[in-house]
Amino acid sequence: MIAGTGTLEPELTWNLVADVRALFTYPFMVDALQAGTIVAVLGGVIGWFTVLRRQAFTAHTLAVVGFPGAAGAILVGVSATAGFFAFAVAAAVVIGLIPSSGRVGYATTESALTGTVQATALALGFVFSSLYGGFSSGAGALLFGSFLGITPEQVRVLLGVAVAALAVLAVLARRLLFATVDPAVAAARGIRVRATSLVFLLLLAVTAAEVAQITGTLLVFALLIVPAATAQAMTARPVLGLGLAVAVGLLVSWVSLFVAYYEPYPIGFLLTSLAFAVYVVVALSQRQARTATLRRVLDLRRSEAPAGTGG
Amino acid sequence: MTDGRTSSGTAAAGTAGAAGAAVVELRSATARLDGRPVWSDVDITVRAGEFAAVLGPNGAGKSTMLKAILGLVPLSAGTARIVGSPPGHTRGLIGYLPQRRSFDAELRIRGVDLVRLGVDGDRWGVPLPGAERISARARARSARVDEVIDLVGATSYARRPIGELSGGEQQRLLIAQALASRPRLLLLDEPLESLDLPNQAAVAALVSRICRTEGVAVVMVAHDVNPILGYLDQVIYLAGGRAACGPPREVITSETLSRLYRTPVEVLSASDGRLVVVGAAESPTPSDHRHHP
Repeated sequence: MIAGTGTLEPELTWNLVADVRALFTYPFMVDALQAGTIVAVLGGVIGWFTVLRRQAFTAHTLAVVGFPGAAGAILVGVSATAGFFAFAVAAAVVIGLIPSSGRVGYATTESALTGTVQATALALGFVFSSLYGGFSSGAGALLFGSFLGITPEQVRVLLGVAVAALAVLAVLARRLLFATVDPAVAAARGIRVRATSLVFLLLLAVTAAEVAQITGTLLVFALLIVPAATAQAMTARPVLGLGLAVAVGLLVSWVSLFVAYYEPYPIGFLLTSLAFAVYVVVALSQRQARTATLRRVLDLRRSEAPAGTGG
Repeated sequence: MTDGRTSSGTAAAGTAGAAGAAVVELRSATARLDGRPVWSDVDITVRAGEFAAVLGPNGAGKSTMLKAILGLVPLSAGTARIVGSPPGHTRGLIGYLPQRRSFDAELRIRGVDLVRLGVDGDRWGVPLPGAERISARARARSARVDEVIDLVGATSYARRPIGELSGGEQQRLLIAQALASRPRLLLLDEPLESLDLPNQAAVAALVSRICRTEGVAVVMVAHDVNPILGYLDQVIYLAGGRAACGPPREVITSETLSRLYRTPVEVLSASDGRLVVVGAAESPTPSDHRHHP
């Protein structure tokens, strides 16, 4: 029954149960699935706040610095995982020190400075991987993702960091939501908005470093932003949205790993295109539903108030 | 004037005592921004259930007045007692609505979530699903959210994303948010700005009703006094670094305002009772960048 014969060229059978069971006979696949699960959960939750705070660009930068981080770590002979985390946290501190006007997101000078950090990081990563031995497939895996060679030790680190990050977020969640949606009122109620933003930036850094280890530093959006954006297109309810972001992330992660086991396509490509497909389907159906609602509301207003009153 | 209206209201509980007690007391107060005095030697008393407006030209320090009451801008001279304590010590008892906020049309948060933040947004931790079945306190919080949404008449649209609502609908939900924690004092910074005339009248009537029925002291910064004129107990008119306080018909006069502005100012009364201030630096200036919806 178990189709565990094709070690080198695993083939899909029509028996899906057997296909899935075949996956679990190989320890490297089990490690990959565990890592994919951890990263999808953390990415979904932190991503939901990132999308709400309009910090997707910052998230991308914090992931990109993982490239020189990991390449540099390999160059000096320490684990790539340590390089990912160290560089992401350092970049978060730099971005956090940039004086901002108190607003978050894209529409500030912060974006130009963040872009500067990002360009420098990519260039530095290129230098490190060249010094190590040419711009090889190793650099390709760092940039575009790989699920091979995830070690049980790496899974333990991913799990430990994810649990710690989610624990901090659990303590902070309500205040973070308040500071995000309504910073002026939150400050008047005694919430330290800037300190809260800085803590979130650090959480985003470790999350980007975790996700980048599966998706590659350039494709973190697949598990960090797209599932959350999809969830927010589906619902404006916070708790439901968080749940949906995790669910979409898990779906994308598991299906991609399943396909990657049987087909030769790289994992980064599979994750990204699957996440994109889910988003497009949801966004299109939501747009249709919203247009219909809008039309109904406008019709109602028109019938209620025939004469417009201007101010 | 100080004996003004002292509605008994529902504010019996709490430390700062009986209805009609002074909620805002400034004595010889001076505020500075970047070393420059904004206003000085200001005396104000606003009592529970009173509706006061802060008026004056742009840059007179109207918003600074609210921030000083909140304790976000420290006084450089004089004393202040807010709900019986120095500013900043009673933030949980103050509902605050900052100036000119409209939410991003893409913000995917419902009105009801925004109002809920007014109840428990400053608490640590996460809301647990199903907590209402176990905890009476969680039930009471949810009930309060529904209550204030009903009070501002926003029940029909409170469950839609806030960004999709009109300016008037957003403003009502923000007032509900400010009210949610049962404040003793409501500070509203130009809540009528960017609303059309019918909505200005409706929100003004709503604020007045809340002020009387809930026994809350209201301090509202306004650019135009006319939509709220009929409801006001007190006017705090800021100009030229000084303040004049009292009932609206005593403060908004040619005499008082001329003295305040140190230049001849005329107050005209239209046949419908509306007041027009002529000759002051008040009239729209090029720097007066107002938000157009």
